Amino acid sequence: MYAAIVFLPLLGFLIAGPFGWRIGARPSEIVTTSLLFVSGALSWIVFFQVALGTAPASVSVIGNWFTSGALQVDWSLRIDTLTAVMLVVVTTVSSLVHLYSIGYMRDDPSRPRFFSYLSMFTFAMLMLVTADNLVQMFFGWEGVGLASYLLIGFWYEKPSANAAAIKAFVVNRVGDFGFALGIFLVFVLTQSVGFGQIFAAAPGLANKTIHIFGLDLDAMTITCLLLFMGAMGKSAQFLLHTWLPDAMEGPTPVSALIHAATMVTAGVFMVARLSPLFEQAPAALSFVTIIGATTAFFAATIGLVQNDIKRVIAYSTCSQLGYMFVGLGVGGYSLGVFHLFTHAFFKALLFLGAGAVIDAMHHEQDMRNMGGLWRKIPFTFAMMTIGTLALTGFPFTAGYFSKDAIIEAAFASTRGGAFYGFLLTTLAAGLTSFYSWRLVFLTFFGAPRWAAAGHGAGHDLAAHDHAAHDHEAHEHQVHDHEDHGHEGHALDPHESPFSMLIPLGVLAVGALFAGLIFSHDFIGEGGPEFWKGALYLRPDNHILEAREDIPGFAKQLPTLLMVVGFLVAVLFYFLAPSLPGRLARGAKPLYEFLLNKWYFDELYDAIFVRPAFSLGRLFWKGGDGAIIDRLGPDGVAARVVDVTGRVVKLQSGYIYHYAFAMLVGLAAVITWYVASGVR
Amino acid sequence: MFGFGILSCIVFLPLAGAAFILALRGNDEATLQNARRAALGTTLIVFLLSLYAYARFDPSSSAFQFVEEKGWLGNGLIYKMGVDGISLPFLLLTTFLMPVCILASWKSIQNRVKEYFVAFLVLETLMTGVFCSLDLVLFYLFFEGSLIPMFLIIGIWGGQRRVYASFKFFLYTFAGSVLMLLAIMAMYGVAGTTDIVTLLQTHFPSSMQKWLWLAFFASLAVKTPMWPVHTWLPDAHVEAPTAGSVILAGVLLKMGGYGFIRFSLPMFPEASAYFAPLVFALSIIAIIYTSLVALVQEDMKKLIAYSSVAHMGFVTMGLFSMTAQGVQGAVFLMISHGLVSGALFLCVGVIYDRMHTRDIAAYGGLVFRMPLYATVFMIFTLANVGLPGTSGFIGEFLSLLGAFRVNSWVAFLATTGTILSAAYALYLYRRIIFGVLDKPSLASILDLSWREATQFAPLVALTLFYGVYPSPVLNASAASINALLKGYDTALAVTKTAALAFH
Repeated sequence: MYAAIVFLPLLGFLIAGPFGWRIGARPSEIVTTSLLFVSGALSWIVFFQVALGTAPASVSVIGNWFTSGALQVDWSLRIDTLTAVMLVVVTTVSSLVHLYSIGYMRDDPSRPRFFSYLSMFTFAMLMLVTADNLVQMFFGWEGVGLASYLLIGFWYEKPSANAAAIKAFVVNRVGDFGFALGIFLVFVLTQSVGFGQIFAAAPGLANKTIHIFGLDLDAMTITCLLLFMGAMGKSAQFLLHTWLPDAMEGPTPVSALIHAATMVTAGVFMVARLSPLFEQAPAALSFVTIIGATTAFFAATIGLVQNDIKRVIAYSTCSQLGYMFVGLGVGGYSLGVFHLFTHAFFKALLFLGAGAVIDAMHHEQDMRNMGGLWRKIPFTFAMMTIGTLALTGFPFTAGYFSKDAIIEAAFASTRGGAFYGFLLTTLAAGLTSFYSWRLVFLTFFGAPRWAAAGHGAGHDLAAHDHAAHDHEAHEHQVHDHEDHGHEGHALDPHESPFSMLIPLGVLAVGALFAGLIFSHDFIGEGGPEFWKGALYLRPDNHILEAREDIPGFAKQLPTLLMVVGFLVAVLFYFLAPSLPGRLARGAKPLYEFLLNKWYFDELYDAIFVRPAFSLGRLFWKGGDGAIIDRLGPDGVAARVVDVTGRVVKLQSGYIYHYAFAMLVGLAAVITWYVASGVR
Repeated sequence: MFGFGILSCIVFLPLAGAAFILALRGNDEATLQNARRAALGTTLIVFLLSLYAYARFDPSSSAFQFVEEKGWLGNGLIYKMGVDGISLPFLLLTTFLMPVCILASWKSIQNRVKEYFVAFLVLETLMTGVFCSLDLVLFYLFFEGSLIPMFLIIGIWGGQRRVYASFKFFLYTFAGSVLMLLAIMAMYGVAGTTDIVTLLQTHFPSSMQKWLWLAFFASLAVKTPMWPVHTWLPDAHVEAPTAGSVILAGVLLKMGGYGFIRFSLPMFPEASAYFAPLVFALSIIAIIYTSLVALVQEDMKKLIAYSSVAHMGFVTMGLFSMTAQGVQGAVFLMISHGLVSGALFLCVGVIYDRMHTRDIAAYGGLVFRMPLYATVFMIFTLANVGLPGTSGFIGEFLSLLGAFRVNSWVAFLATTGTILSAAYALYLYRRIIFGVLDKPSLASILDLSWREATQFAPLVALTLFYGVYPSPVLNASAASINALLKGYDTALAVTKTAALAFH
């Protein structure tokens, strides 16, 4: 059964990928989606058996991948509570996104390709979460990176999509650079990359120093920091976050699946999975807290001023991932994973809801051109509101349980960086509430601004269809998509088809009740029986109990700030609509700073991208051309050509001439050798 | 078999094919078609023979197998052939790539067709000879001899600047090999034989090792190629016909790495340990420097050529780490790179045959007209980037791991190459395949033909298969590499004890 969960999506990919053009779009959709639903149903069974039930955790080896010296890497499936949680998250969201995409992508000419990529992504993600060694995890890790690259660049005729795709892959590679070095170091320290052996060896390595990079460093700290670098890349944490907002170039279902619910949480999963290592490296955990808190705050500030509906949610994702890392960093691994679990529901809901809005608006993403939509698309509006409530932590919704628990733990923790974590996550809670409600108000309330707005700046599919008509029409004889009719027609926002609304409804149930139902098991009294040791806590780690005993004001603070954020949003977008504009003009430098995302793209462009190209040119023209070649072959060749040019007039004569000369030379050498060898 | 050993059959059968083609008279299309078929048939039979050898090969033994020995040229020289776990993968790689090259030349070579295939078959004899010879002089003959057909292939069937490129190729490689020849003579002076099996057991005096090592290094570094003697490679690749590039990247470069494993490491262990930092430095420079250069290339073939130099940097780094992972990784990376870079040059050849330009700017949006080609190109791009699940990953990962065990800084700097490779490879792919197809010249470009799809199919299959199951290569070479490492450690331990005894 475990193998079925993982490999059914692969089967879907292998059917829809190579044969999709032959079997057609609709069969491809049906095959991939139904396989995913089977996989999802099986995952829930596993969840009930392993996490909620008493079935033991297990590792099943599929086969050997490669062996070299002491290094042995297997293909294997590790199933414990942590894996079961991830299986449920991944397959549930993925199957719903598959279903949703049938509606959302209904006009796209390359649907088989889209669905095959989605299934491939799911397979890679499942390989990641079921890995029993670091290298298989790395396989899934880079595999989801590939799927992300392909899906961000899905509309490959758009230069911006291509650029975003490459950026995502390369920035992730920067993280993977650290991950790879971390794996090497783990192998050097433990002679293994298998989780069993590593975890067994970890306690013995605590406080050991190792000579590395010319320094004597604490072995576990440097190991965990290197591995965490991978997590920072994948989970778009501060400094390596720049790819995530650009990733919104991909189709919206992709954003929901990959860039909100699953792939970006791989970093959180990794730290949780490696909790036996991180527990031995308190300094690394403090670093995790600080990075997480910084991200939570920093991304929330940018989210305040973005105008693209997807980008607001993207920064929100970035920020929420920061929360998860704070939870991990203070030693509350289950808190981080619980937030991962609930976040998957409400963030996927928000993204898919945004997709429904975009669909209704005929691929308009700028919130300045929306407004007043709640009358037109009431169901979508209701779903988005539920998502917003859950995200902002409205009492008894999912976020209320998971997010507030993290803030409480940060307050209770005595670890380095914990107070900084508490401060920034609390502030970010207020900001979250503001930007979330701002999104709702701008989109669904106020005067409809879309009636007047020109629709020339078409996003998403609009640009795609032009190109698709021109070029792909030749390929696809069965040209089953109708013309959009988005030009020259009055815009009339419409509710999306059922295939899109059903996933919204399912996710909304999760967003409302996942916290209420599962908080007892994940982070409450039932924790030990639920996790069954899948997350390791050192005997001196009492964060989960300490969280319960904090003063009342600290408990209420996040809720209070949520209300403040809501009220400010009401003030800005209902009571005094001129206020945001005045504020933006009044504090222009700050506004620009936020709008331009703290200028990280410009900074990285200036210190990494452009120097890389300049250096490349310098090495090429200067190093290879002016120095090596001039001193070496060209100089010599010039002389040779001079001399030979006088002797042999015919150009083509050179070749034979030299071939002959070489043969004669070789013959002479052999003759000499034989002569002396006989001696 | 026919009174010869199987290795002799593999090595010399292509010559028989060449003789047959030379015997064909006339220049009409039917004759040329016969020449093509004869070349394809010969290379296929050779490949099957090498598979047969592989099937009979005992991977648990580190000894040379299928050994043949005959007197030759008086008493001084012997004709000795044999393979072990290190050379066998290279032999298979060569015989595997040859039929693919013949297929790739089917249509694109239109003048002097017979001579072209003769040159290729002769080249196959010389290349397989390199990997099979167990006598140093015999090795040298094959090693240097392989220059001649390659030189001709570039010089006659190459692009506009073919004469310049073939000169450069010739100058570099020949200059290096003269020193190697001197070293061979010196080794003969010490050991009294050029039998490689005997030489592997011979201990050369420490001071002499350094000179011998440097002399071999001069030749092997050029062949590999290592920075800074790599500049012949981009030019040679650019001007060579497609199949020439495939063989150049796929096999000829591997002779350098093979030479290091066969000679430098086991025969001059002390010198190898002494010079390892130099090799590391050059490897790291190669990885970073040439990756950056690849980033700014405007010519597809040059870009892939520079990428080859960077990958060979991983190989030399892995080899001189002298760890099980490093050396196995290097061998695997060479095999994988032979498949992947060969395939990438074939990919370039496909669109070059259609458009007759290698200028990246002349392309864009090909995915709209050539979806199958786009898929194939994507697979090899990802393999080149070292994505797990493709063969490129295993070699890179193992060689980096090996290097890390020896020196963390070396691995740190080299691993940056994995970031850069993603950048230049995806950037290339984006400019050629993605974007809008708005260039009128591309409007009627056709997707892969059946012949082209056939030549890619085995490469795609092997690249993916080795990505998830690399054991066939790793296991075949494991015993021999372990023996190599054991010998190396023993040699170094002996020197150390000797040094201690003096104190």
